[in-house]
Amino acid sequence: MKAFTIVILGFIFGLGLIVSGMTNPDKVLNFLTFGNQWDGSLIIVMAVAMLIMMLTWQWVAKKEKPLFAEKFTLSDLKKIDSKLVIGSVLFGLGWGLSGICPGPGLVQLVSLKMEFWLFFAAVLGGMWLAKKV
Amino acid sequence: MVTEFSPVAAAIGGALIGIACALLLVLYGKIAGISGVVKSIFTKTNSGSRWKIYFIIGLFLAGITVQVFAPSLLEGELHLPPWLIIVAGLLVGAGTTLANGCTSGHGVCGMSRFSTRSWVSTCTFMAVAIITANLVG
Repeated sequence: MKAFTIVILGFIFGLGLIVSGMTNPDKVLNFLTFGNQWDGSLIIVMAVAMLIMMLTWQWVAKKEKPLFAEKFTLSDLKKIDSKLVIGSVLFGLGWGLSGICPGPGLVQLVSLKMEFWLFFAAVLGGMWLAKKV
Repeated sequence: MVTEFSPVAAAIGGALIGIACALLLVLYGKIAGISGVVKSIFTKTNSGSRWKIYFIIGLFLAGITVQVFAPSLLEGELHLPPWLIIVAGLLVGAGTTLANGCTSGHGVCGMSRFSTRSWVSTCTFMAVAIITANLVG
């Protein structure tokens, strides 16, 4: 049951990425790049998703545990360290170049275009490298 | 390529993303961070991380369903030479691993929790991405 439910949640998330156009790198790049082609859709996607999550966090604050699990698995990291900042800079460089972040990168694999497979293989390579360091 | 501002589709898509993140948290106490989900491919799955595999399956099924019934929604291509695609992928992979999150984990789930780390991370990668896209694009 849990497995099935989570597959459905992944499905909804993926559908959200596709419906909002975020699986199209051009749409993301047109948000990141200023000019006549500017497309503000991304900010609406973020704002609506964040609003729903803000309300959800308020619910979470009042609860001891989730409905179907023993505890909330949350990051308790607080420190702003160089790893966080350097990682974010590197991610920003890659995202700004390609217009693809991990979610859309994963979903676009189903289009079976060579370029997205190449991109995703490199993402895995980058993750592997970063874990080695 | 020119894309059209699509506020309604963006709002619907954002709502779907938000609902999926919210339910994962409310039902199972987990954060829908896709870079973390992808990283699970490397690590031995245990009972605490098996959900990530199911989540990936769901993402793929969404893609496959759209590819079958409305392939035009999945349009998109990378206008980069192969070596730059590799560089960009490596940067995304290494960066999200070091930062412990990406647009979903830090951006959607973390900022809405008012996590300082997520705000620092998201503002940083957004700013760097904007500068990069304007310089390269």
